[in-house]
Amino acid sequence: MEHGIYLDNAATTPVSREVAEAVMECMLHNFGNPSSLHGMGLRAEKRLKEARERIASALGVDSEGLFFASGGTEANNLAIIGTALARRREGRHCITTRVEHPSVLNTFKYLEKEGWEVTYLPVNENGVVSPDDVRRAMRPDTVLVSIMHVNNEIGSIQPIQEIGRVLKAQGNSAVFHVDAIQSFGKLDIKPLQWGIDLLSISGHKIHAPKGIGALYIRKGVKIHPLLWGGGQEKGVRSGTENMPGIVGFGEAVRWLEGKADRGYLYRLKGILVAELTQRVPRAVINGPSPEEGAPHILSVSFPGIRGEVMLHALEEKGVYVGTGSACSSRKGHMSHVLEAIGTKKDVAQGAIRISISYLNTEDEMRQAAQIIERCVKELEGFVRR
Amino acid sequence: MERVALLRYGEIHLKGLNRPYFERALYNNIVNALKPYEGVTVKKAEGRYYVENIGDDPRIFDSVAKIFGIISFSPALKVEKDVAAIQKAAEVLVREVMEAKSSSPGEKITFKVESRRSDKSFPLNSMELSPKVGAYLLRSIPNLKVDVHHPMITVNVEVREQAYVYCQVIPAAGGMPVGTNGKAALLLSGGIDSPVAGWMIAKRGVELIAVHYHSFPYTSERAKEKVIDLCRILSQYCGEIKLHVVPFTRIQQELYQKCPHNLLTILMRRFMMRIAEVVAHKEDAKALVTGESLGQVASQTMESLCATNDAVSIPVFRPLIGMDKIEIMDLAKKIGTYETSILPYEDCCTVFVPKHPTTRPKLEMVREAEKLVEGDKLIEEAIANIEVLNVKG
Repeated sequence: MEHGIYLDNAATTPVSREVAEAVMECMLHNFGNPSSLHGMGLRAEKRLKEARERIASALGVDSEGLFFASGGTEANNLAIIGTALARRREGRHCITTRVEHPSVLNTFKYLEKEGWEVTYLPVNENGVVSPDDVRRAMRPDTVLVSIMHVNNEIGSIQPIQEIGRVLKAQGNSAVFHVDAIQSFGKLDIKPLQWGIDLLSISGHKIHAPKGIGALYIRKGVKIHPLLWGGGQEKGVRSGTENMPGIVGFGEAVRWLEGKADRGYLYRLKGILVAELTQRVPRAVINGPSPEEGAPHILSVSFPGIRGEVMLHALEEKGVYVGTGSACSSRKGHMSHVLEAIGTKKDVAQGAIRISISYLNTEDEMRQAAQIIERCVKELEGFVRR
Repeated sequence: MERVALLRYGEIHLKGLNRPYFERALYNNIVNALKPYEGVTVKKAEGRYYVENIGDDPRIFDSVAKIFGIISFSPALKVEKDVAAIQKAAEVLVREVMEAKSSSPGEKITFKVESRRSDKSFPLNSMELSPKVGAYLLRSIPNLKVDVHHPMITVNVEVREQAYVYCQVIPAAGGMPVGTNGKAALLLSGGIDSPVAGWMIAKRGVELIAVHYHSFPYTSERAKEKVIDLCRILSQYCGEIKLHVVPFTRIQQELYQKCPHNLLTILMRRFMMRIAEVVAHKEDAKALVTGESLGQVASQTMESLCATNDAVSIPVFRPLIGMDKIEIMDLAKKIGTYETSILPYEDCCTVFVPKHPTTRPKLEMVREAEKLVEGDKLIEEAIANIEVLNVKG
């Protein structure tokens, strides 16, 4: 690959050639505004509809329920603040977990400042929340439960289906929001069958460009808009549609469907883990076991070698990984996710996140493991004593 | 009626026969600093400079305020030497100042007019000109009142080769024109202190080059970018900076493996100084500049500074030596480096910071410890791999 071995796909993915071509075509030729009355507007509207249908069908939902936004962060904000505003007269209590993405956690922090009460559920050592804890946290005034599907730092998978069942059994009218930004395109998600009311997805995690995401809103669920303007997206999200992004998003979903071999990612991950544990026996895997976690995310520590140093040593040799989430790696303090699963400080400081995509190969996994081994050997001599 | 800026210089006045040298240097620095603004011209006059054709871009005044050697400046209007034109210009400026002041309606704004006439052929002397302008202002602008003792607005009228009118005197950077006091090498880490130290020395007319130590993979490319950004901010004051990025990983690793850990920081500092000294000699710089402040950290105790100083024979300037951290931070905010300095990228990697550094190192012990590595060879290797970047704001 022209950029070395890229293993930071949970941060963002390269846009696939097919997607890039579709986006280019949309920018150069079919650049109309879907709201325009002339033919070019109509053609744009048609493409908008096509993309919406394609993405909705990948989720097994009605395309009427899919609303485009600027990305995962906006989709999460719209879901949480939009629900809070729409239901502020019914109750002011929300439930979430301690391991959510900052675009969820910080949105709830904002709501707390505005007078809402938020319960942050703990997770076990694998980073998994218990459906029983969700049930116990429910109150008559609970209006929103927001739980991510796949954790972006350690890849733990939350039991969304069971939580959906628990919520239904409660008979409470709380809205169930799922941040599926890391899982969309990699794991099955069935909003209708699992009792999900709101679901956030993002384009650039699945080889579409940055700047496009969507929120699925189940029919009948009320959301208060955050942006006001020309009433696009049925007034839920005003603003001229990001057509290149939307077309790219739709194309990426089509491209993924062609690749639908979900086993492929697990196979790559398996090779990487096997090679790595054999070559570097002191490597510590954080969070769920490789088979229990998501197929594309692996958090691994080399205690004594700081994750950031390891990351830079690897990049020198052409291997690109992350430390925790791209959003938190620059802040210097311990990851809230690793803290929540009880990781010791020296292990947490040594964590790197390896995340793979359908564009990676088996051979890259073997090479990466070799290079990691070399870096560990080089840096071991300078471990802090 | 034309908008101009009137720039006054300070300390150069005190110079004797070599005053033209300083004035020329300052002129060149002004021209360089204003290069980004198309069409602007700079004119030298007695005790001041005029910047003409400044248009309406307000950023030009920010640039002017950063030129060392200029003590204050005034946005002014240049008009014909004609009483009516001067009156009109005064009215425009007073209205502008009143708008900016946004006083409550009905409140009286006090003012006075001060005139100077260096062109004695002008028919009115200054005692006659001021009342004429003042009376006109009272007639044309409501809510004005004369107060010659404590006016809120002072309208200055100067009749020279042309007439100049201005209401504001804005303090500028002060100091001496950069380049009139030699060249020095600044050890620039990326923290809060070293950019401030560089700024203070540049203020005294010194041209700066910078030396930065890069420890990839322990410090990242972003840490280097941050130092480039800091140079860019500094260069707005002192012109283009030649930045030397020195690969430092190997030296740190050698020290870590071979020397007593409690002396690591001090040994590292000595190597930094020695390398900077070599760079300074090559670049014809006559001193080193560091951001050290007495007692701030273990490597900045009196004993540590002595041990650091011992590594080189070139003079080392430490302008922050007597300043508190909070004072340094305030200055960093004022000059605009603070926000960049606090970006959280590692500069001197924590991996190599000893848990218990010696705060009072014995010079003999330090010298002995240093012999455990092949210093000259390591330094030679580092110097051979220096990356040089010319950075400009």
